[in-house]
Amino acid sequence: MADHKPVQADYDLRTRALVSVLTRKGLVDPESMDAVVEYHESQVGPHVGAGLVARSWVDPDYRRRLLADARAVAREENLTGFQSTDLVAVANTPSVHNLVVCTLCSCYPWSLLGLPPTWYKDSAYRARAVIEPRNVLREFGLDLDDEVEVRVWDSTAEVRYLVIPQRPAGTEGMAVEELAALITRDSMIGAETLAARGQQ
Amino acid sequence: MGDPDKLAQLSLLSRDETGPPFGEPWQAQAFAAVVELIESGRLTQEEWSQRLSVELKAAESRGEYDTGERYYVHWLAALERFAVDKEITAWNELAEEREETRMNDHHRRDEQLKSS
Repeated sequence: MADHKPVQADYDLRTRALVSVLTRKGLVDPESMDAVVEYHESQVGPHVGAGLVARSWVDPDYRRRLLADARAVAREENLTGFQSTDLVAVANTPSVHNLVVCTLCSCYPWSLLGLPPTWYKDSAYRARAVIEPRNVLREFGLDLDDEVEVRVWDSTAEVRYLVIPQRPAGTEGMAVEELAALITRDSMIGAETLAARGQQ
Repeated sequence: MGDPDKLAQLSLLSRDETGPPFGEPWQAQAFAAVVELIESGRLTQEEWSQRLSVELKAAESRGEYDTGERYYVHWLAALERFAVDKEITAWNELAEEREETRMNDHHRRDEQLKSS
C-alpha cells in the first residue's frame, strides 16, 4: 500500500477528513464531540480548582484529605478524568514552593484547571522547568528567597498535580467564594504566588 | 531529541495569555476526537501521551522548537498516525477522504454562488 502521508498544511481539511473516517467507522460521534468541546470551552476551568483550594484554606480537615488523597476528593466532587489517572495535591508553604510541568507533552489536570495555557505547552518551559526552575520562576516574575526549596513535579499520563498556593495575607474572615475568586490558574501550577490583599 | 543546550537558551512565553482554549475550530475537533477515543477505551492516556511526545520530540529534533502555537499540529499528526497504526484507516484512504471533502466544498461554494 502506498504511503501517502499528508504533506499539505491544510489542517482543517485533514481534521475533517480524519473525523469523517472515524465517524463512519463508529469510533467517534460528532454530536458528542461537540459536547466535549462545549464542556472544555465553557464548563471546566480554573474556577473548579480554585473552589477546592479555597475550601482547603478554611477547612483543615478538607485540606488534610486533599493532601492525603486528592483523587478521592476529586471523585467526591464528581470531577471527571481521574478514573485511571491519579491526582496529587502539593501545598506551598513559607519554605517550599511547588512547580508543575509536563516534560513529555502537556499532561495537566483538565477537569480542575481547564485546558493548559500555551506557555505550559511551550518547548522552552517543558525543557527548562526541571533544569532551572528558579530562573524560570524569576522570568515569570517570581523571585524566591534562596532559603525556599523549589520542588518540580513532572506530570505524566498516570499522575497529575495541583498546587495549593499559600493563602494571601489580609484575607482573614473572607468566605470561600470570595477566596476562590482570588485564586489564579497559574498559582495552581506554581508559576506565581498570590499577592497579599491590599498590596496588589 | 532536541539539543538540550539550545532548549535551555529558549526564552519563555509570557503568562498573560487569556485567549480562548482553541485557536481554530479544527483544533477543537482534533482535541474532542482524542477525548472520545480515550473515554471509549480505544486509546489509553498512556498511549496518547507517548504518541504525542514522539511527535513533539520529532519536531524538536528538526529544530522546530514549539512555542505552543503549533501544538495541535502535532496533536493532529499523532492522531492520524494512531488511526493508521491501528489499521482504522490508511494514508491513502485519508488522502481520498480529503480530496472528496475538498470537492464537496467546491461544489457547495458553486451552489451558493449560483443561488446568490
